[in-house]
Amino acid sequence: MDTKGILEIIQRNGKNHAGIIAILEEIQEECSYLPEEALRLVARETGRSLADIYGVATFYKAFSLKPKGRHCISACLGTACHVRGAQKIVEEFSQELGIKPGETTPDNEITFETVNCLGACALGPIVVSDGHYFANVTARKVGEILRDTREGTFDSDVSQEAHPFLIEVSCPRCGRSLMDSGTSLHGHPSILITASMNGKTGWARIPSLYGHFSRTHEHDFPADTIIQLSCPHCASSFQDGSRCVDCGAPLATMRLADNSGVFRICTRTGCDGHLLDIGRAEL
Amino acid sequence: MINITINGLAVSVENGSTILEAARFLGFPIPTLCHHEGLTPYGACRLCVVEIGEGPGARLVSSCTYPVEEGLKVRTASERVVRARRMIIELLLASCPQSKVIQDLASAHGVRTQRFKQEYEDCVLCGLCVRMCSEQMMAGAIGFRGRGEERSIGTPFDVQSEVCRFCGGCMHVCPACQLRCTYNQPEKAVCNACANLAPPCIEKEQYGDMMCYMNPCVACEIK
Ligand code: SF4
Ligand code: SF4
Ligand code: SF4
Ligand code: FES
Repeated sequence: MDTKGILEIIQRNGKNHAGIIAILEEIQEECSYLPEEALRLVARETGRSLADIYGVATFYKAFSLKPKGRHCISACLGTACHVRGAQKIVEEFSQELGIKPGETTPDNEITFETVNCLGACALGPIVVSDGHYFANVTARKVGEILRDTREGTFDSDVSQEAHPFLIEVSCPRCGRSLMDSGTSLHGHPSILITASMNGKTGWARIPSLYGHFSRTHEHDFPADTIIQLSCPHCASSFQDGSRCVDCGAPLATMRLADNSGVFRICTRTGCDGHLLDIGRAEL
Repeated sequence: MINITINGLAVSVENGSTILEAARFLGFPIPTLCHHEGLTPYGACRLCVVEIGEGPGARLVSSCTYPVEEGLKVRTASERVVRARRMIIELLLASCPQSKVIQDLASAHGVRTQRFKQEYEDCVLCGLCVRMCSEQMMAGAIGFRGRGEERSIGTPFDVQSEVCRFCGGCMHVCPACQLRCTYNQPEKAVCNACANLAPPCIEKEQYGDMMCYMNPCVACEIK
């Protein structure tokens, strides 16, 4: 990426300090890492010192100052994954790839990293490869994941992931299922709920494949507004007072059908905030 | 004005001041390490802990960052505070025993032993230098890098900074490298932190050459 592209990213994100992480994220997405030149540009354009920008860039694990490989595999080493043997998996990857965590294979194909928590502990040990989640990974499956990654076999159809990470939800009030097998997204039944705002009521649809969050509405709601999300059966609101960690808007809460926890999504249009809270069924 | 109680004494202090400022103004000593009057409070070292609240709700807070609030009850030398303070000093000693500032703190607070794994860091991550550089010297040449165990102070990309003024402000405030850096007449104050019989710094003509962050002398890298 050239200077002009980076300048464009900086301008688009505004010049305030709050935007630095967003700017760095976008540059990293474009270049696959944060080149020194880019950091210097960001410092110059935002009026912050290079030391500040460098501090931010080296603080977050999501940023890399070294070029990354074409594929990126991260193994979770959070507490829950760790006690379920994630260390073995990390060692297996290291051995298979011949590199240490945090390094890239000499052919620039695969970067292997460890992360500290992916927020889905109940499914651990978890490995993410190019955005595809593998749950309950064992050392024996490492070879398979590597093959999938190299050949991109999960790219064409997400449902072919070794372990699709599916959720099934129901209304926390009336308990009826919110799954709609009539319309599938990513090859799986979608979640169908009711969305309303200013008297306009229609459906909202979410894929049931966790990690592929998106939301479509029947109506065109204006961006950046809070909409009411409710049960299509009993019409009770899903808002329960919890707040989105990304934007602070109220969250809508649905119950996992097996009662193992809750699935929450942000009620603000344009916000993709969503989370899976396993082990929290006290609704 | 805000009414608070410090060590049982009811006082009214200026709105917007921190517990540390109020206590010091009234003559209650609170030791600090990462605090400096000319710099924004940072709350890194926790040495300035005091106890606020009462009964089971009482808790320890860092007084340098805690603003006074109406009715606040502060104890600057309760048993709990003293214990916490000594533990912090002990931990500082474990990481940076060669620092004169930390040695003095240990001696003043009666810390005679150190029960942790001994290390010889040359930085306690107090952030004084970073704040000095950006707030007083308006340079912003150095900053924190990395996180957790890998956190360190230095210039971006570890190369000589283009914006450093070679003012020495960073070393002047540093509690860890003060000894080896607070002078521009090395022959008068050779720190000998390097334990070198012929310290290379004496040979250096220019003050700038001794800027540890920019051109660390090999000998300075004592481990
Ligand atoms: S010597 Fe350089 S790094 Fe240190 S305070 Fe001065 S300008 Fe900042
Ligand atoms: S170099 Fe010195 S002043 Fe800077 S953070 Fe480390 S101990 Fe503090
Ligand atoms: S060489 Fe470095 S450590 Fe040694 S006396 Fe000089 S300044 Fe101190
Ligand atoms: S002086 Fe308050 S935390 Fe360091």
